[in-house]
Amino acid sequence: MPKDEYIVIIPCSGIGKSLGTIGRKATYKVVDELCPKNTRTTCLALLTMGDQETLKMIRENPCITIDGCPSKCAQKNVEASNGRLIKSFLVTDTLRNHRNLKPDGIIELNPEGCELANALAKEVAKAVDEIKEGKSL
Amino acid sequence: MTLAKWKVGIVSCSGEEIPEGTISRVATRLVLEKLRPDETVTICLPLFLAGGEGERTFAKLFPTITVDGCEKRCAEIGTEKYSGKPFATVVVSDVLKKCHNLVLKSRDKLSAEEWKFAEKVAAEIAKKVDEALSRQNEQLRSEKQ
Repeated sequence: MPKDEYIVIIPCSGIGKSLGTIGRKATYKVVDELCPKNTRTTCLALLTMGDQETLKMIRENPCITIDGCPSKCAQKNVEASNGRLIKSFLVTDTLRNHRNLKPDGIIELNPEGCELANALAKEVAKAVDEIKEGKSL
Repeated sequence: MTLAKWKVGIVSCSGEEIPEGTISRVATRLVLEKLRPDETVTICLPLFLAGGEGERTFAKLFPTITVDGCEKRCAEIGTEKYSGKPFATVVVSDVLKKCHNLVLKSRDKLSAEEWKFAEKVAAEIAKKVDEALSRQNEQLRSEKQ
């Protein structure tokens, strides 16, 4: 990956469900803690509104989307905007691999929700590393 | 139709990039969960903008209040474009200007001060909800007469 490139992590807004908060929390974990040098996030609403600066960002840099539900708003919006979508995550897939966890809460996640967000963040960070190394995903 | 069936839609920006966006989201949830749980519903903005028919129909029939983190006003502009003019708009960065000493820092874990500010924004939204419902009730009464 060229030095001036960064990976854009775009979660869905998911305001109605715990799974939306998990996607958002996982995004912050990656962008602020796990991979702060190589990643950024942006507002999905800006993308759906056709903001030129945001469109340029997602067309020039590799993107990873994180969706809370099968409506896949983040993935669909990046695809519709001709963004460089490299990898898409669905929180329900991570939940399927951690069936013991019962996430709850939207404003504030319960501890199990936070654990799921951390597990998802690790998956995303792994994908970030692979993109950096030029592996095909 | 009974008056109790009227609901107000709260449309929050997604605002992942900035702390003001997280305040929009938290304040919206505070209204939905604590301040006016029986009178409000929320609408997922990207789904709404991407063409969710249910969401768009709701916003055409019922009053909406948009909550935006910044001056780009995605929620307000999107709602007006795809559905109809919102009843009211709350812009977090405008409310913040009235709190001279507060600097928002967190996009994830809000500090005690940031929580207090989110509650202040939520109270402003709740006030607009009451105004919207009052307006609806007045209209219903005048239609019956």
